[in-house]
Amino acid sequence: MEGMQSPADVMFGLVPGRLVFLLLHVLGVTCFAYIVARRLTPLVHAQKDLRWDRPWVRCGKVLKFWLGQWRHPRYPLAGTIHILVFSGFLLLATRAFSVLIEGVANGFVMPGLSGQTGHIYNIITDCASTVVFACMVVAIVRRLVFRPARYEVPARYGKGHKADAVFLLALIAILMVADSLFEAARAAAQTRTGLPEHFALFSLPWLFSAGLASTSLVTLSKIYGAAYLLHELTFYFLLCYRPFGIQFHVETSLFTVFFAKLDRGTVKPVRWGIAEDKLEQVKSFGVKTFEDFTWKHMLDFYSCADCGRCSDNCPANAVGRPLSPRFLTNKAREYAFQHYPMFGRPGNGKALVGELYSEDEVWSCTTCGACEEECPLLVEYIDKVVELRRGLIDDGNVPQSLQKPLKALESRGNPYGKLEKKKADWTTVREFQENCKVRIVDAKNGADTLYFVDSITSFDDRMQSIGRATARILKRTGSNFGILGAAERDSGHEVRRFGEETLFQALREHNSDAIKASGVKRIVTSDPHAYNALKHDYKGMPPVEHISEVIAQAVKSGKIQLQPITNGGVYTYHDPCYLGRHNQIYDGPREVLDAIPGLKRVEMSRCRDRSFCCGGGGLMLFYEPKEDERMGVKRVQMAAEAGANVIVTACPFCMTNIEDAIKVAGLEGKMTAIDLAELVDRQMVSESSRQA
Amino acid sequence: MEILVCARRVPDTSENEIHLNDAGNDIERDDLVYSINEADNYAVEEALQIVSRVGGSVSVVTVGSEEDEEILRREMAMGASHGVLLSDDAFAGSDGRGIAAVLKAFVQKGHYDLILTGVQAEDGGAQVGGMLAAMLDYPFASLVTAIEVRDNGKLKVSREIEGGNKEISEIDLPCVLSIQTGINEPRYVGMRGIRQVASVPIPKFGSADLGADAGLVGEASAKVKRVDYFVPALGKGAEILQGSREENIAKLIELVAAKGGLN
Repeated sequence: MEGMQSPADVMFGLVPGRLVFLLLHVLGVTCFAYIVARRLTPLVHAQKDLRWDRPWVRCGKVLKFWLGQWRHPRYPLAGTIHILVFSGFLLLATRAFSVLIEGVANGFVMPGLSGQTGHIYNIITDCASTVVFACMVVAIVRRLVFRPARYEVPARYGKGHKADAVFLLALIAILMVADSLFEAARAAAQTRTGLPEHFALFSLPWLFSAGLASTSLVTLSKIYGAAYLLHELTFYFLLCYRPFGIQFHVETSLFTVFFAKLDRGTVKPVRWGIAEDKLEQVKSFGVKTFEDFTWKHMLDFYSCADCGRCSDNCPANAVGRPLSPRFLTNKAREYAFQHYPMFGRPGNGKALVGELYSEDEVWSCTTCGACEEECPLLVEYIDKVVELRRGLIDDGNVPQSLQKPLKALESRGNPYGKLEKKKADWTTVREFQENCKVRIVDAKNGADTLYFVDSITSFDDRMQSIGRATARILKRTGSNFGILGAAERDSGHEVRRFGEETLFQALREHNSDAIKASGVKRIVTSDPHAYNALKHDYKGMPPVEHISEVIAQAVKSGKIQLQPITNGGVYTYHDPCYLGRHNQIYDGPREVLDAIPGLKRVEMSRCRDRSFCCGGGGLMLFYEPKEDERMGVKRVQMAAEAGANVIVTACPFCMTNIEDAIKVAGLEGKMTAIDLAELVDRQMVSESSRQA
Repeated sequence: MEILVCARRVPDTSENEIHLNDAGNDIERDDLVYSINEADNYAVEEALQIVSRVGGSVSVVTVGSEEDEEILRREMAMGASHGVLLSDDAFAGSDGRGIAAVLKAFVQKGHYDLILTGVQAEDGGAQVGGMLAAMLDYPFASLVTAIEVRDNGKLKVSREIEGGNKEISEIDLPCVLSIQTGINEPRYVGMRGIRQVASVPIPKFGSADLGADAGLVGEASAKVKRVDYFVPALGKGAEILQGSREENIAKLIELVAAKGGLN
């Protein structure tokens, strides 16, 4: 290249650039390789995790969530900045590589990027580096001036990460400036010799080259060499510094997304690769020390970019429980850095709970899934929480408030310690029984459909009304249905998610046998938790439907006709976590509501996959969390803000929490809650008037 | 320290509906589920905590039948090293003194530094601990809410006395203590733990093995006999305060104060 020699030929004192840069390359790459190898050490000591299945699905995830940045626009400003920087980096990758080679190979041009293509590529990278630079400026200003709340670090979680974040952003900005300056100096020199050079208008190199138009060739040459050296140094410093902080995700995110969990609503097996009937061989359950995490979970710790979206959406964090998913990850990362240092032997594995995490932190999670729904990198949280709970359970470390219900589940099959033979008592209310007789199914008396009632709807006086509404709806849709009665035990959904795997498996075995013996062809349930359990935790079950799906279908087909709302009211639908996020049922219930003539429906600001957990179901009702206020209270306040005075939900636990919260929030008389099944049961046009 | 905990299997009050049988002299036992007496569970936890501090082992013993093995296994899953079943047809129908006599015979066959019982059985009368101590001629402290092992071969124990106050005493070893609930937070015993000890053999001792005083043991020797059960009639429902929040709070304070709840 005329006018300006290649950086390889620039002299640094008596040493040619070629040698300096060769040394830098070797040093930089070696350091990076060493650092990454050290970072990977704990992953080698970690538990197994089988993540190579369904590679095409995984590639699809990479296309959507990594390359496609699918979840970033959920936070419009930060998301846009990230998408711009990410695409900038992708575009600049080739250029960065070719610039690096130029340092040792005179006049190197990347194959395929000579001539016109190269020219176009250069124009694109001019723009890319400029955009990335601008994004860094915006990001730094955001961090320093506007300081979004979700980046703040509460005192109990240690120091803030602002300085580190700004430092890293600044380094990227410097990288962009150095690259552009290097390019501009070369161009400015070339123009002197009459060679035209074109930059994208108003791009950084364009600005710099305009500024260098009257600089002497000697100075230009110095700027050129210095800019290149700065670029090199910044590049390798960043490369080797990233693994020490949040920007490691630049390297790890691709793998985190590729190896992401594929099956919603499921819980990690106790040990990958060990069949459930062989679990007796496993000496210790769950995560007790850091090394009990799987390698994928450790990779998650490295990949977290500390963006705070998980905790911003976490209901436990919102009500002041001692849990913040962001710091669940942050603390583990710090632990890994500390105990697997760059030099010296890895530290021994001490118990995590009690040191790194508090017991309350581990029990505070409702497994609502808001964090996982939000994470742009698909980092997993629920499985980790469940694993930590398994560890606590295995050591007998269970809050007193949970011991009684767990014991009752073991001896009576329900958390209330109620008698099995009373499980079907809800069906024997006289006015109900006269119109809707509910049969008990077993091996001798079969039915097509099984209504799986589960504990709360069977035993709780208030929730029994949901059971009766469900039964009448099933009758109206013409289902030949029955219940298991005394043979039905708790689905065990929360038992599993609270870490009591052995008890869960016993409950599942009992129910599976009873269901199979009854010979039913489908299962319907009115409880999203039971629904999720039967669908994802049980195996070999007939198809499972939630009653809201049954209703939506019956309304569409005309089997159920709904009469107009006469008493006014503004309705809002609260998405139960295990119907919405975990099973993607969002539209059916809304369509049913909209099919009721005259029903005015509004959406809460947090709805659908951003629904705000009401406080959790199953065993969570027994747990006494440390919190400033109830999740349910926050939720009914959201409904009030949306202008609603009737909250419709489709889960008996949501009903419990929301009705309690209405009282606590002092909204009694102003706000009511109703289950979708109860509402439909109330609005169904009666059989006789339909015939008329 | 070698610790023996005397435990008992009782119908779990939180998981049963207790009804009288037709004859009115016992409760309906068809649908009952049983568990370890709650106070005994606290005693085992306390024993385990003492052993984790000063070393030793914990044994759990019960007087009953094969069915009662389930609570021994539960306590072994909790961490007790040994479970022992004292069972004999001759023991059936014993009163509190009879049970204490059986336990006394067992204690004398071993070497225990400390014997713990629950403060009382949920279906019993808080008799056995004291009687056992008397029969062994050991010192006894009841309603114990804290235990500290001292270097001089003695224990410092707190006992609950009226009004939430505590009395701190020093007691010589060996001794018998009856443990009050709330002394600790018993650890959870999961199904997995119980399965792991499911096949551990549990030694069983009968009358002949123990040589218990036949004049004290069994139905014929019992001097206290159950003649009837009384279940109180349902009272009228709870009083529901109906007023504004402030009024309710004021009324509630008044009611609690009137019953001596606010001092």
